[in-house]
Amino acid sequence: MESGHSSTVHVVDSDILIIGGGFGGCGAAYEARYWGRDLKIVLVDKAAIERSGAVAQGLSAINCYMGMRWNENTPEDFVRYVRNDLMGLSREDLVYDVARHVDSTVHLFEEWGLPFFKDAQTGKYVREGRWQVMIHGESYKPIIAEAARKASTEVVERVMVTHLLPDARDPNRVAGAVGINVRDGSYYVFRAKAVIVAAAGASHIYRPRSAGEGAGRTWYPPWATGSAYALLIGMGAEMTQMENRLVVTRFKDGYGPVGAWFLLLKAVATNAAGEEFEKSRLPELRQRVGPYADAKPMPTCLRNHLMLQEIREGKGPILLHTERVLDTPEKEEIGWEDFLNMTVGQVVTWAAQGTDPSKVPSELILSEPYVMGSHAVCAGAWTSGPADVAPPEYQWGYNRMTTVQGLFGAGDTVGGSAHKFSSGSFTEGRLAGKAAVAFVRDHADAPPQADDARVDGLRGLLYRPLETYAAGRGQVTAGTVNPSYLLPVDGLYRLEKTMDEYAGGVGADYTTNEYLLVRALENLAALRADLALIAAPDLHQLQRAWELEHRLWTAETVVRHTLFRKETRWPGYYYRADFPHVDDTNWRCFVNSRFVPSTGAWEIHRRTYTPIL
Amino acid sequence: MPTYVVPSKCQGCMECVTICPSDIMHIDPTQGKAYNIEPSFCWECFSCVKACPEGAIDVRGYSDFAPLHHRVVPTRTDEKIQWRIESRSGLVKEFTFPLRTTPWGSIPAPQEAPVPPAGAIREELLSFEPDYLAVEALPTLKRPAAPGA
Ligand SMILES: Cc1cc2nc3c(=O)[nH]c(=O)nc-3n(C[C@H](O)[C@H](O)[C@H](O)COP(=O)(O)OP(=O)(O)OC[C@H]3O[C@@H](n4cnc5c(N)ncnc54)[C@H](O)[C@@H]3O)c2cc1C
Ligand code: SF4
Ligand code: SF4
Repeated sequence: MESGHSSTVHVVDSDILIIGGGFGGCGAAYEARYWGRDLKIVLVDKAAIERSGAVAQGLSAINCYMGMRWNENTPEDFVRYVRNDLMGLSREDLVYDVARHVDSTVHLFEEWGLPFFKDAQTGKYVREGRWQVMIHGESYKPIIAEAARKASTEVVERVMVTHLLPDARDPNRVAGAVGINVRDGSYYVFRAKAVIVAAAGASHIYRPRSAGEGAGRTWYPPWATGSAYALLIGMGAEMTQMENRLVVTRFKDGYGPVGAWFLLLKAVATNAAGEEFEKSRLPELRQRVGPYADAKPMPTCLRNHLMLQEIREGKGPILLHTERVLDTPEKEEIGWEDFLNMTVGQVVTWAAQGTDPSKVPSELILSEPYVMGSHAVCAGAWTSGPADVAPPEYQWGYNRMTTVQGLFGAGDTVGGSAHKFSSGSFTEGRLAGKAAVAFVRDHADAPPQADDARVDGLRGLLYRPLETYAAGRGQVTAGTVNPSYLLPVDGLYRLEKTMDEYAGGVGADYTTNEYLLVRALENLAALRADLALIAAPDLHQLQRAWELEHRLWTAETVVRHTLFRKETRWPGYYYRADFPHVDDTNWRCFVNSRFVPSTGAWEIHRRTYTPIL
Repeated sequence: MPTYVVPSKCQGCMECVTICPSDIMHIDPTQGKAYNIEPSFCWECFSCVKACPEGAIDVRGYSDFAPLHHRVVPTRTDEKIQWRIESRSGLVKEFTFPLRTTPWGSIPAPQEAPVPPAGAIREELLSFEPDYLAVEALPTLKRPAAPGA
């Protein structure tokens, strides 16, 4: 099937549809099955769940574990830590909820067969840092996928979900989703009583530092296309903190993570002259962010900021002194395994550049921005919190339900609750899975129904890029330049360039202002108009076309939020040059937005921050 | 190229096509052998390299920052993964790490557990809690007072 819309339609009915079989989605499948023995639970993923999502290559640490059984930390400790790291802004009810349940998830993982580093004397997990425990995690993803596969009635793979379906009678209730099977081109219509979206955050919203082949070596994977956000936004779900995008400090080029090096191996970072610079920069930082400068530990964005200031003054590069800490074979093995288990590309980079980390330091760099909700940032959907803990304004029914009835989220999808990482995302999936079962039971006599006309209309729309290609291809000789259409990669470059230059990417030194952001919106509007003329020569490119559409929704929402928040709350993530300071008086609040599907208008407003401790 | 395929080894079995999270390992219809159709969307995640039964897939680092003459080769069995790293400088490193402490396929399905009591769906406990928390009870908080109260 290379052009025209698909002749084959698959209708898949379920009680609970889970979109995305990563950490959030696998957790949702597992828990939904535990509570809903008789329910039909369908998991759909655009890839194969054994190696899909951010954990495709494995991980070296579980970054969210309290250790309550050994009195290591309480959920309250975690809430204070996350509040601090996010510069005072978190949905603390959600953060607390992840923290109080996450240990049971981690203990399940151990029972399933995930190998942990353990202290031979005490039997405790070896800590990488206060919240992290070390694992031999090459098979982390296939292990949790095994559990999710057993729990699901059906796992549908290689289907890219493009749109959610509203209920014909109540547009604020979800009735299912549609997508394309990228192997045979068939059209998938999922009809469901509840939907859990766990379709991950986004890379390639901003132009990556590396060009050419290296564009694939983004820190967050190239297949994280913001579907978690686009699907929800298109349904009219309320979003929060979309301006809180992530910049990570990583090994240059290979983007190897730094956690184990700083926390476990205790390596230090210096400028090119060998000076440790953090202390000397504190006075400037205090002026900019006030008391947050002295918060312990220093918030992630502020550590970025200090490195950036050093680089801006020409004192870079920042060097991580691996050579000072790899002094035993055990430590060397820990250092290499850290990357072999989760960022093999860093090892390839060392091998290619002839770097021996036990002899020479490595350069660190600040990455291009990513949009996600499970790391040291919390972009995502505004969801209802747990009944016993959430303040009343954060609670409207089912845990982790968005503002759309029957539509739940987990992992990167859910906003306001950072530092979930793999274990917390799985835990949040479990919370959403259980709540979705309750929702289905409570609404058993009034199932939603998708509108047939809409399902048909989307079928025409979804395959249009193939038709556009077929119709326009003959207008030029060979080559990719064509006046009547754009290929997905052309649109992607356009998106990345606009976001980079106007919305605070690497090229603009993470800095933007009102004028630039308004320009960004104009450029994105023009890109949206051109997306009607996106052309796909084959099914793979058809997937890329819809991924681009999802990235564009994500990007536009990021820009709208950044424009609305008139302060620089997270220096080191981005700077509003026209409002360079933290402004707690006016902006210690959430910025929430909603795209209104019926009118195409955007609503954007503040929401109160309510601490729970 | 990031990944590339050695023609004499590839049998066209599709394992790499099935597993690649980026959907970029495809079969070249003229040769019946796999190749990377979109190197700039390759994460060097090695999923395809580990999955290939013939050892036909190798990785050559990203051309914009990785000089030639290096190899990183995994050999994965059900129990362990071995890595051999050959650096451009001549340095060779070998490591072996465990994958799993239980047999593949041994995870109990959640539906094998006893059916929870009907009212439990309204409570905050997840499956197997509080047992699996390894503390006596699920922590909770007093709900904060409404503002101004
Ligand atoms: C390099 C790196 C290192 C990390 N290190 C750690 C660490 O050491 N410890 C730790 O705990 N965490 C770590 N993390 C974070 C962790 O991986 C994430 O927090 C977690 O995976 C987020 O879960 P998720 O379910 O939201 O997304 P994912 O796990 O990425 O799952 C998303 C799923 O959705 C699917 N999908 C996406 N779009 C669609 C669509 N349109 N239709 C159908 N399916 C779709 C994807 O294929 C994927 O399966 C790391 C992440 C990266 C990238
Ligand atoms: S898995 Fe290996 S042998 Fe099979 S098609 Fe891919 S490269 Fe060829
Ligand atoms: S290394 Fe990963 S992204 Fe690259 S082709 Fe193989 S499976 Fe795909």
